[in-house]
Amino acid sequence: MEVFIQQLINGITLGSIYGLIALGYTMVFGIIGMVNFAHGDVFMVSAFIALVTFLVLTTWLGIGSIVVALLIVLIVAMLLTSLVNWAIERIAYRPLRGSFRLAPLISAIGMSIFLSNFVQVAQGPRVKSIPPFFNEVIVLMTRDDGYEAAVSYKQIVVWLVTAALLAVFWFVVTRTALGRAQRACEQDQKMAALLGIDVDRTVSITFIIAAALAAVAGTMYLTYYGVVSFADGFVPGVKAFTAAVLGGIGSLPGAVVGGLLIGLVETMWSAYVSTDYKDVAAFSILAITMIFLPQGILGRPDVEKV
Amino acid sequence: MAAEAPSSATRIDVARALREGALAGLIAFGLFLPLIGFNTVQNIHNELVLETRWPLLAAMVAIMAIGRFLYALLVAPWRARLALRPRPEQVAVAPWRAALGRWVVPCALGFAVVYPPLALSLAGVQGAVKWIDNFGVQILIYVMLGWGLNIVVGLAGLLDLGYVAFYAVGAYSYALLAQAFGLSFWILLPLAGCLAAFWGMLLGFPVLRLRGDYLAIVTLAFGEIIRLVLINWVPVTNGYAGISGIPRPSFFGIPFNASDEGFAARFGLEFSPIYRTIFLYYLILALALITAALTVRMRRLPIGRAWEALREDEIACRSLGINTTNTKLTAFAIGAMFAGFAGSFFAARQGFISPESFTFMESAVIVAIVVLGGMGSLVGVAVAAVIMIGGTEIMRELDFLKIVFGRDFDPTQYRMLLFGFAMVLIMVWKPRGLIATRDPSTFLKERKSIAGSHVKEGHG
Repeated sequence: MEVFIQQLINGITLGSIYGLIALGYTMVFGIIGMVNFAHGDVFMVSAFIALVTFLVLTTWLGIGSIVVALLIVLIVAMLLTSLVNWAIERIAYRPLRGSFRLAPLISAIGMSIFLSNFVQVAQGPRVKSIPPFFNEVIVLMTRDDGYEAAVSYKQIVVWLVTAALLAVFWFVVTRTALGRAQRACEQDQKMAALLGIDVDRTVSITFIIAAALAAVAGTMYLTYYGVVSFADGFVPGVKAFTAAVLGGIGSLPGAVVGGLLIGLVETMWSAYVSTDYKDVAAFSILAITMIFLPQGILGRPDVEKV
Repeated sequence: MAAEAPSSATRIDVARALREGALAGLIAFGLFLPLIGFNTVQNIHNELVLETRWPLLAAMVAIMAIGRFLYALLVAPWRARLALRPRPEQVAVAPWRAALGRWVVPCALGFAVVYPPLALSLAGVQGAVKWIDNFGVQILIYVMLGWGLNIVVGLAGLLDLGYVAFYAVGAYSYALLAQAFGLSFWILLPLAGCLAAFWGMLLGFPVLRLRGDYLAIVTLAFGEIIRLVLINWVPVTNGYAGISGIPRPSFFGIPFNASDEGFAARFGLEFSPIYRTIFLYYLILALALITAALTVRMRRLPIGRAWEALREDEIACRSLGINTTNTKLTAFAIGAMFAGFAGSFFAARQGFISPESFTFMESAVIVAIVVLGGMGSLVGVAVAAVIMIGGTEIMRELDFLKIVFGRDFDPTQYRMLLFGFAMVLIMVWKPRGLIATRDPSTFLKERKSIAGSHVKEGHG
C-alpha cells in the first residue's frame, strides 16, 4: 500500500510534466495537422534556458529566495522558449504549409536533430546538474519495516505550478478572443479566414502557447530531477506524444489525462515489473492505442471522406 | 492599385531593410542569449558555474542582422521581380534534363565501379583504405538502405520511421548465428534477409489500418522497442556492450588474412588489409545494385503497380479490388529484407555491433535520404545519400579549419548540426525532394516524366 501511494505520487508528478508537453503536440496537431517532431527538443531547450537563468539568478545576482528565483526562471523560460518556437515555425514549418504531406514532418525531424546538436555544441555533451533545493518531505505513511511514503516539496511545487498554468491556459483557450480564434482555425481554417481571422497569426500564437507550456514542463523537469542533458528531449517527447495520442490527439483535456496515465503506467511498471523495460511499456502503449483506439480516450473519431 | 502593390515590393528600400535587419538582430539576441551568451561548465568543486561568451553572441547577432539586412535590401526585391515575370506552365520535364538523365546513371555506375582502383592510384595503399571504407562503403550502405526504404516510403507511400529495426535484426541475426553455429557469411546473408522480412511482416501486420503520421509514429515506437530489447536482453545480445569478434566475410571461402591459405597468398599478392576493404566495397555495391534492379523490375510487376496505386490513393486502390493488406505487407517485408541484407553486411564489415548503431537517429537519416532525394526516385535517393553522408563524412577531413578558428575547433562536432539544418533547408527549398519528377510505369502514347508538383497525392 505504501509503495502504491508513493508510486501514485511520483506518477502524478511525472504525468503532469508529460501532460504539459502533450498539450503542445495536441494543439499543433489540431491546428495544422502535423506531428511537431521537434517539440520534445523544444522542451529540452527550455530546460536549458531555465538552467542558465537559474544560475544567473542565484550565482550572479545572488537571489537567496528560491521561490522568487523559480518564479523568475519560469517567466524567462516561457518567454524565451516561445521566441524559439516562434522562430522555428517561421523558418521550418510556415514555408511548407499546404505543401506535400511529408515535408513538414521531415523538416521537423531535421529541426529536432538540429536543436539537440545545437545544445550539445553550445553547452557541451555532459549532464548538467543544479544544487538541490526543496528537499524537505512530508511523510504520509510509514510501513512496519520503516518504508515511508512521502510527498516532497518539489512534487508539491510541480503540482501547484502545473495546476495554475493549466487553469490559465484553460481560461485563454475557452474564454478569450484568442482562444476562440484558435479553436475556429482548428475546426475549419478556410472558413475562419473568410470570417476575418488571421490564420498565420493564430498558428504562430499556437506555437507560442505550446512552447510556453513546454517551458513550464522544462522548468519543472529541472526542478524535479535537478539534471538535464542535450539528449533529454527525445524520450520525454515521444512519451508526451504517446500521451497526446492516448488522450485523443486534438483534444486538450485528453492530453492532460493521457499524460497522467502515461506517468502512472511508467512509475507503476518500474515499481512492480522492471525498470529496464519501462520505456518499452510506454512505447507499447503507443502502438496498442494506435491500433485499437486510434481516436484515443477523449478524441473525436476520424471520419474517412472520399 | 494592383500595379502599385508589387512596385513597392520590388523597389530597393534601405529604411525597410534597416528595420528588418535590426528586428532580426533583436530576435537573434533573444534566441542566442541563454545558450550562446552563457556557457555552463563544471568547476573543480563539481559545481556548475557560468561563463560568458559575449564576443560569440555579438558575432551571431551581427551575422543574423546583417544577413537579414542584405536579404531585405537586395534579394527580396529581386525575388519579387522574378515572381512578377509570367512563367509558362510546365508539365513535362525540359528535354535537356531528360537527355542529362540518360547519361547520369551510366556515368555514375561507371564511376562507382572504377572508384577503388582510382582511389588506390591517387591516394596510395595507406590513404585509399580511408577513402574506400569511410566514403565508398559508408555511402553505399546508406544508398542501399535508402533504396530499400524507398520501396516502403517511395513506392508504397508508407512512412516508416523504424526502418533501422530491420537493419538491427539483420546485423544481430548474422552476428549471433555466425558465432553460435559458425555458419558462413554467404549462408547467413540470405537468412538474415529472410528473418528481417519476417519481422517486417510481423510489425507490419498491426499497423495495416494506420496511415501517414500515425503510421510513422507507431513504426518509430516499434523501432525503439526493438532497440530497447537489444539493450536489455543481456544474456543474448550482451546489452550495451554489444557483440564483438564477429567473423568477417571470406572471398567465397578464402579468408582475408596473412596465412598461406589467405587471399593474398593464394593469388600471389603481398598481404594488405586493402583487399578486404575493396572486396567489401564491391560486395555492398553489388547488393545495392541488386536492390535497385529489383525495384526497377518490381515497378513493372502487378505488385509494384499496386504499391504505387496505394501511394496515390488508398481508397481508390481498394475500390479497384486491390488487396491492400497483401500490398502493404509485401512492401514492408521486401523493404525489411533489404535492410536485413544491409544489416548483415554492416555486422560483417564492422566486426562489432551494439545497440548504439541502431538508434532512432539512423532511421531519421535514412528517411531523410529518401524524402530529400525525392520519394520513389532511385537516382534522387543515391544523390541525397552522397550529399548527406558524403557531406558529413567530409567534415572529418576539414582539419584546415583549425587554422581559421583556432586549435580547439573540431569540425566533426558540427556534423549532425549541419545535417539537421540541411534537412530543413532542402525541405523548404524543394519540399518534394531533389528529384521530384515521376516516371509513370504505364502510359498511353509516350513516356513522359511528370513534375512532382503535378502529382496529387491521396491519403496513402
